[in-house]
Amino acid sequence: MTDAGATGHRPRVLVFSTNAISDMGIDLAGSAHMDYSSSVEVIAVPCSGGINPTWVLHALKAGFDGVFIAADGPECALLPDCVGRTADVVTRSQALLQKNGLDTGRVKMAAICSVCAEPFVNHMKQFGKALDDLASVAAEA
Amino acid sequence: MTGRRLGVVVCQCGGNISDYVDTEKVRSEIAKEGDVVASQVQMFACSDAAQQSVIQEIREKKLDGVVVCSCSPKLHTATFRAMAQRAGLNPYEYTQVNIREQCSWAHTHDRAAATEKALKLARAGVAKTALSVPLERMRVETLPQALVVGAGVAGLRAALALSDLGISVHLIERAAEAGGQVARWGTLFPNDKVGRELVDGLIDEVRRRENVNLYLSTELVEKTGRLGEFAVTLRTRTGDTIGLKVGAIVVATGFDPYSPKEGEFGFGLEGVITLPELKELVAEHPGRLEYHGRPVRSIAYIYCVGSRDGADTPGGHTYCSRYCCSATSHLATVVSGLDPTVHQFHLFRDVRTYGKYETLYERALRGGSVYLRYGEEARPTVTREEGGLVVRVKDRLMRSEEVEMRPDLVVLVTGMVPRENDALVRALKLPIGQDGFFHEVHVKLRPVETVVDGVYIVGAAQGPKNVAESVSSALAAVSKTGGLLLKGYVDLDPLVAKVDPTLCVWCDECTKACPYGAVAPVDYGDRRIAEVNGVLCKGEGACVPVCPKQAISVQGYSNEQIHAMIDALAAEAT
Repeated sequence: MTDAGATGHRPRVLVFSTNAISDMGIDLAGSAHMDYSSSVEVIAVPCSGGINPTWVLHALKAGFDGVFIAADGPECALLPDCVGRTADVVTRSQALLQKNGLDTGRVKMAAICSVCAEPFVNHMKQFGKALDDLASVAAEA
Repeated sequence: MTGRRLGVVVCQCGGNISDYVDTEKVRSEIAKEGDVVASQVQMFACSDAAQQSVIQEIREKKLDGVVVCSCSPKLHTATFRAMAQRAGLNPYEYTQVNIREQCSWAHTHDRAAATEKALKLARAGVAKTALSVPLERMRVETLPQALVVGAGVAGLRAALALSDLGISVHLIERAAEAGGQVARWGTLFPNDKVGRELVDGLIDEVRRRENVNLYLSTELVEKTGRLGEFAVTLRTRTGDTIGLKVGAIVVATGFDPYSPKEGEFGFGLEGVITLPELKELVAEHPGRLEYHGRPVRSIAYIYCVGSRDGADTPGGHTYCSRYCCSATSHLATVVSGLDPTVHQFHLFRDVRTYGKYETLYERALRGGSVYLRYGEEARPTVTREEGGLVVRVKDRLMRSEEVEMRPDLVVLVTGMVPRENDALVRALKLPIGQDGFFHEVHVKLRPVETVVDGVYIVGAAQGPKNVAESVSSALAAVSKTGGLLLKGYVDLDPLVAKVDPTLCVWCDECTKACPYGAVAPVDYGDRRIAEVNGVLCKGEGACVPVCPKQAISVQGYSNEQIHAMIDALAAEAT
């Protein structure tokens, strides 16, 4: 499988998953041998509502093209309002990116449940494509 | 380099990893990392022999941290933490790196890329472990007393089982009498016990127990304290308050039957009643079924009223209420037992008499019940014409041919809806699921536990259940409560939030963000800072993103550790 987009570049994506829910969905994608880019790497944390926006900025500055927050969604047992809180993390992250001259489209969030193997793989493909498009626009500019 | 002495194990998983990842290359490259002083490849890292080999290496090389690159942490974190402990290493200075589900199995097409990714993941694990600190589980004492909220069948049964274990029980009931919904019902499936008699037997037994206190017309209004020693405040109907200390709380507040809206399937017309009303009617007329003094010769049951519905409506009850198909089929057998000539028509969407309750459906069929299947898009209509009820339904099994019947009674088979429990929810800080019922941690793995340690949910308070299922969940919670309270203490996971006192300026943001009341101000020299109560904290990190000073983080997920992991992943593999 080739992951390279129009620019010939394989977008590097850092995924923040959650120990109890979305990491299981990502595990399931692997267990089912579903193919996604090897340039996608995952750090699991307790809950997506507890992600520090500085981690997102740090990742982009360190060389990742995008950060994907695989959120707990409404199934989160730790925070009943996890969806809203994770959305707030994204808003804060985007504000931080904007302040640092980075495109806010480089962070994306979607709820990934513990059996959401296929949706995860689809998200990785779509996000990879979106990041590649961003890179193309930047290259043309 | 941090000066740590770390060991790395790369697992081949019998080919599950090594078929797609060059494990020896990962080992030899990771061995070059500054803090790594030992590395090995194992065929199965989880095997006894491999664990023994790692334990030996930890001891011989005086390792102060271990990274195992193998399968998903969901499978073997406990295994390897125990291994680390046996070797004399703090179990929280061990890190598991997932190079199977999230690497070898996901990138089977490209061995070089998979190997490169595995190496990066291993380096991230090393970076995290190099910054780990030894953590100790927190031991707190527990009181051998429990509070059971709700004296329905589940609460009564839980109270008796706790009493059997030697745990003192305070059983409270909001209503003026115990028994809940079951007390109003007649014969119950599957064994024809009478609901009132069933709960009366339980209530009598509760009253006989010296270590069970039953409080009627009493509500829980406040809960403070911690797992093992909650301070609860009860309020009676007369306004008196009672303070108690309990080690655990079992919530058995039950359900409410769905109340149809005016006009829904003819509800409001004379002769249109609900399933609980028919149950009461049958219980009241044990000889011959009568309605308003007239004998009932025919009944049309309309299933799934208020269940599996309302996906487009906020608060719609999209779930299956589980008990109603079996209850209705059973009731049909009771009615035909009273008078076999009564005609019974069941207008259903699906018959979900699951498991052994399938026999109830078969018995109803043998008793003369007729089942007609309707589609969601063509629901039965109920009108009153010429002094009688008229039901029209398009039977899917007859090519949607319209069937008309004129029953004496129309019974709306209503499901279960969550009870109005706002005050209790606020007092206990329990999460509510999308369906409006109390939400467990995991439906299969931790089905009666909540995110509030020491607070359990049982029976229909958690979601629709029949009597047997409610009692099973009550006994499951009793088992969990016994495990918690009988030992006299409990050890808690130390992966909770921690404040850096040098950075904190006490802005209150973390307190506002914490849904568990785990953060409070404390004096620190001549200023105030935030302090985390590790017993209350769930370690989810809600406080982390809102801290403007980066002063709070979850142990094991500090900013430094996450940044170091990101740097390790972002760096070129070779």
